[in-house]
Amino acid sequence: MSETVLKAGSAEPQYQPSYLEMETKHKGILSWILATDHKRIAQLYFFSMMTMFLIGALIGVLIRIELMAPGRTIMDAQTYNGFFTLHGIIMIFMFVIPGLPAVFGNFVMPIMIGAKDVAFPRVNLLSWYLYVIGGIIVLTSQFVGSGPPDGGWTFYAPYSVKSAANIGMAAMGAFFLGFSSILTGLNFLVTIHRMRAPGMSWDRIPLFVWSLYATGWIQILATPVIGITLVLIVFERVFQLGFFDPAFGGDPILYQHLFWIYSHPAVYVMILPAMGAISEIIPTFAQRTIFGYKAIVASSLLIAFVGYFVWGHHMYTSGMSDTAKWVFSFITFLVAIPSAIKVFNWVATLYKGSINIQPPLLYAVAFMFTFMIGGFTGLIIGAVAQDIHLHDTTFIVGHFHYIVFGGTGFAFFGALHYWYPKMYGRMYNIKLANIAWGLFFFGFNVLYFPMFVAGYMGMPRRYFDYLPEFYIPNLISTMGSWFLYAGIILMIYNLVKSRKTGAIAPANPWHGVTLEWSIQSPPTYENFDEIPVVKDGPYKFK
Amino acid sequence: MFNGTSTFVEGVDNAFLFIVVISLILLIVLTFLMVYFIFRYRKERNPVASQIEGNVTLEVLWTVIPGILVLMMFWYGWKAYTPMREVPEDAMVVKAVARMWAFSFEYDNGKKSDKLVVPINKPVKVVLEATDVLHAFYIPAFRVKQDMVPGNPQYVWFSASKTGSYDIFCAEYCGTLHSAMITKVEVLEETDYQAWYEGSALAGDEPVGLKLLKDNACISCHSTDGSQLVGPTFKGLFGKTHKVVSNGVEKEIVADDAYLMKSITDPASDVVVGFPAIMQPYQLPDSSLKSMVEFIKTLK
Ligand SMILES: [Cu+2]
Ligand SMILES: [Cu+2]
Repeated sequence: MSETVLKAGSAEPQYQPSYLEMETKHKGILSWILATDHKRIAQLYFFSMMTMFLIGALIGVLIRIELMAPGRTIMDAQTYNGFFTLHGIIMIFMFVIPGLPAVFGNFVMPIMIGAKDVAFPRVNLLSWYLYVIGGIIVLTSQFVGSGPPDGGWTFYAPYSVKSAANIGMAAMGAFFLGFSSILTGLNFLVTIHRMRAPGMSWDRIPLFVWSLYATGWIQILATPVIGITLVLIVFERVFQLGFFDPAFGGDPILYQHLFWIYSHPAVYVMILPAMGAISEIIPTFAQRTIFGYKAIVASSLLIAFVGYFVWGHHMYTSGMSDTAKWVFSFITFLVAIPSAIKVFNWVATLYKGSINIQPPLLYAVAFMFTFMIGGFTGLIIGAVAQDIHLHDTTFIVGHFHYIVFGGTGFAFFGALHYWYPKMYGRMYNIKLANIAWGLFFFGFNVLYFPMFVAGYMGMPRRYFDYLPEFYIPNLISTMGSWFLYAGIILMIYNLVKSRKTGAIAPANPWHGVTLEWSIQSPPTYENFDEIPVVKDGPYKFK
Repeated sequence: MFNGTSTFVEGVDNAFLFIVVISLILLIVLTFLMVYFIFRYRKERNPVASQIEGNVTLEVLWTVIPGILVLMMFWYGWKAYTPMREVPEDAMVVKAVARMWAFSFEYDNGKKSDKLVVPINKPVKVVLEATDVLHAFYIPAFRVKQDMVPGNPQYVWFSASKTGSYDIFCAEYCGTLHSAMITKVEVLEETDYQAWYEGSALAGDEPVGLKLLKDNACISCHSTDGSQLVGPTFKGLFGKTHKVVSNGVEKEIVADDAYLMKSITDPASDVVVGFPAIMQPYQLPDSSLKSMVEFIKTLK
């Protein structure tokens, strides 16, 4: 940045070198990959995750092209099976699970609580390395050994034990990714407990931070279960020990229990921080205090807690007992209540606000709409009888894309548009951002809504080929994926271009009131010259 | 959608409609409010926001009412499910066996079929077994689905109320040809069913060997017309020299009677080069093996 631009753009009287320009021990690329500054680590995560996201999305588009018409379109069956598996592993373990915590949690959480960094900066860097190692192992498993892994990101036994494909290696990759997640969760919990600025009592913590706190507990309590399970799979493959494969005396249903004991709470690892980001965006763009702060906090904690006891809703057709089905279905419906409360609170926060319609708010609106559809379809498949019919159909695929991509995805990109000026000190082109959002939102619904129709008609998921009766919904779906992809490309083009040429952003372009808006953009190393003293709740507008 | 093809359709679809209607109302109201507030209170029209921190009555209401609604949804869903577990005493029993990548059905008179054939208006209990990995038995038109777990037999039951032919899908991922693991359930009038069951009418005059290859799902991986599937085609197989891998060593082998039989009972011992070693061993009587091989010989 040139001197003149800095003077013109900076709101503060004296602009200090930001975390992007600061002097460090190392030079060049080393100053990034050996960085312990939470904002630089956030950037490391951001770039590695966006790379993975684009690969995953590209594979998704290829999968959709294959499914555009019945029969073989562009690839053979085993390639398709490898592709949907890779798409799932990349998107779940390398994009949505690290998701908002790794990027925005790292970037703004310490600032929001008035801290100079997280509690363990070097462990933070280690988490990123584990993430990269896990990612490299998963990608390598595609090219070495006896063929790319298939069977989906769920690695169901005994297929995952028997399959000739390179599943063991992919499972080890996922194991590393799990450790990365545990360390991030631990780091955030300690940071939130120990490093809040003076005066920031528990009822003054911003809601995004609260959501990271709830998420942290899930990460450290649930993730070890998947780690152990994946190790058991590898042991079973290598030493023929009978854990899950009945051929060696194991039990396949045990595997599903262990898998979902982690993987259901993992859905909340994905969605809670997304809800947290939405709870930041809405008050800022409504310029008013959040409606029902305490209810939102309580519902985050409730979701995190009750979410541990619903994993069995993935297993109604597995052969587990009817009593278990009853209990899991009942608790699943209970966990819908705190999620509903949040939506009501967000909508109520718009009431009598002074609303500034900007890209982050549009993403928040898209989030609420898709999250509602995801939630309502979740009620349908939470009920035992309907789930018997809909389990393992494209209805399920539609449902979890509405939650995970519609929910977490829109929140992620909403958060990106919200904190972008803080992260880079520049503003993107608002008009272009709105157009990209429109394409994204339109394409998203055209892509995923027809899956509910095909699923209710009975089309199973993970099908390379399908009967002619499912043609129309699949064709529409594929066309939707092109709009969606165009929207994403346009969005990225806008953000990448504005990084160098966008208008200089003031320190507080949206008139937010949480602490990150009180410091310069981009922030300096250690964020604050002087640790602030917090005197009030987080959303006091005037 | 399939109006009343089995006992469960009404229950499942009604519970579905109940949830969909309530959800749609909530979705429309909430989306309308969201959009309305955004335009009604945009900063040009409402420059100063009102700082409303909450409203206890409202918050209690929107906790309790959704709470009641979701519990009703749970109950409808559960009530529609329980009949699926209560098999009538007089149900006839058919055994379904799943293997990569086909279903085969066995009747109590020993009859085997690659389609499920049932009489109309008769409770049918299908006992579900799998030999290799997880599969799932799914008839969308009847709203039944159940995973098929190796070593742990499961069941479904239904009573079909309309004659016709309906899809059966494998719904649990089971490998390369998962999406080809589909067949049909044929619902026949009682008399047609009896004729089929006794084997006179629909059996046709297929060679015994071909019938065995079909019943054991061999042909879902090995074609009879030379086309390339997961395994080598049967066409022109007999008498040819093949490159195989035995215990990690590559060698050449002539496909004779002994080799073909061994490839069925112990497929892992010699694996043809270029094909994955995924076939499961089959235990069949010698007479069956012989008929199968005889039939393969005819495919030149
Ligand atoms: Cu779940
Ligand atoms: Cu199958």
